[in-house]
Amino acid sequence: MKVSITINGSAQSHDVEPRTLLVHYIRDQAKLTGTNIGCDTSSCGACTVHLDGEAAKSCTILAAQADGGAVTTIEGLATNGEMHPMQKAFMENHGLQCGYCTPGMVMAAIGLLNENPKPTDEEVRLGLEGNLCRCTGYHNIVKSVLAAANK
Amino acid sequence: MIPAAFEYKRAGSAEEAINLIGQFGDEAKFLAGGHSLIPLMKLRLAQPTMLVDIGRVKDLSYIKDAGDHIAIGALTRHMDVEKSPVLSQHVPLLAHAAGYVGDAQVRHRGTIGGSIAHADPAGDIPATTLALGATYVVQGPKGRREIAAKDFYKGFLESALAADEMLVEIKVPKMNGAGWSFQKFNRRAVDWAIVGVAAWRNNGDSGVALVNMGSTPVLASAVSSALAKGASVADAAAHAADDAEPQADLNASVEYRTHLAKVLVRRALEQASK
Repeated sequence: MKVSITINGSAQSHDVEPRTLLVHYIRDQAKLTGTNIGCDTSSCGACTVHLDGEAAKSCTILAAQADGGAVTTIEGLATNGEMHPMQKAFMENHGLQCGYCTPGMVMAAIGLLNENPKPTDEEVRLGLEGNLCRCTGYHNIVKSVLAAANK
Repeated sequence: MIPAAFEYKRAGSAEEAINLIGQFGDEAKFLAGGHSLIPLMKLRLAQPTMLVDIGRVKDLSYIKDAGDHIAIGALTRHMDVEKSPVLSQHVPLLAHAAGYVGDAQVRHRGTIGGSIAHADPAGDIPATTLALGATYVVQGPKGRREIAAKDFYKGFLESALAADEMLVEIKVPKMNGAGWSFQKFNRRAVDWAIVGVAAWRNNGDSGVALVNMGSTPVLASAVSSALAKGASVADAAAHAADDAEPQADLNASVEYRTHLAKVLVRRALEQASK
C-alpha cells in the first residue's frame, strides 16, 4: 500500500506492506537511521519519535497508521547546523554514555518539555519512565533535561 | 520483530468499521491505538489476517458531562482521560488511573476503549471502570446495546463483545465527592501491576476492583458488603481476595498476590476513607 508521511519537513511517499512498522519505514524507506530499535516491544523508548507533535514509540505504530501524518526524528532537530537546545544540554551535561538510548531520550525529553515546560526533578524522572538507559546514566540525563528547561 | 502479514483497511466511521469487520469475521480485528494489539501480533500471540483501523474515527474521541454520568468516546486516548478537567472534577479516580497506564508515549496513542476491549486483567483501566460501575456501549450491525462492566469480562482477553461489535462509549457514573484511591504495585516503572486496586467509598457505598488477580478484572464484592455492614477498613480488607482466583507467574505466587491484595485494599480504603 502507498503511505505518505512528512518526515522532518520533507514529504515522502513509499509503497510498503501493511505490516511495516513506522520505525522500519523511517530507517529503511526514508533512510534515516538516527532512530534506533531497542527492545522492539514498546518498553525501552529507543525508537521514540514525534508523530504529529507528540512523542510516540515508532516500533509499535504501523506506517499505515501514520499515513498523512508528520514525523520528526532526531535528524530533524538541528536548524542550520545548530543543535537543538536539548541536544546541546545532553552534550554539556554528559547526558549520554554509549549513546544508544539518546535519540529516543532526546525526543521524549523534548516531548516532555512541550507538555510541561518547567518540570521538577521528580517530574522529569516520571516523564521519562518510558525510556531505558542500559548504561544506567539516568542522573545526568535528568540533569540535561532540567538544564534545557532552564534555558 | 514484524507482525505476520495481514490486510489493512481504514474505517472513517463506526458504521463502516462494523460493516468491514462483518465481512471478514473472526479473522479480523479492530486496530485503535494498537498499543496492546501490535505487541501481541509481533509475538504471534495474535495473528489476525485483517486489521480494520478505527484510529481515525475522530467523532468517537470525546469526554462529555451527561448529567449523572460522564460519557467517554471509546477512541479517547489515555492522555486525554488523564488530563480531562471534566473527569478530574467528576471521576477523579479514572483520570488518576489513566496516568498510570504505560508511559507518556503509550498514553499518547493508547485508547480507553482499546484497553477495555482488550480485556487484559492486568490492565489498569478495565478494573478501574469496573470499580466505578461503568456501562459500556457497544455497536453492532443491528445497532447499539449496553453492557455493565461487571458482565463484560468473560475470561483472559475475552469479553462479551461479539466479533462484529465495536465498543463505542464508556459511561462512568459521577463520583459525587466520594473518597478514592488507586494502588499499583510493581517492581519497575512502566510494568503492569503485579496487583492493583481501584477503590472508592461514599458513606455506606463503595466499589473495589482488583488488577491482575485472576483471568479477568475482579470486583471485590466481599469487601464492599463487609463495609456496608459496618466492618472496619482492616476487617473489610481481609476479604480482598475472596472473589479472586489469582494465578502464579514469574513476578508473584498465588500466596503473595493474595497477601498483596489484602494490603493494597487496606491502603486504598484508608486513603478513600479520609
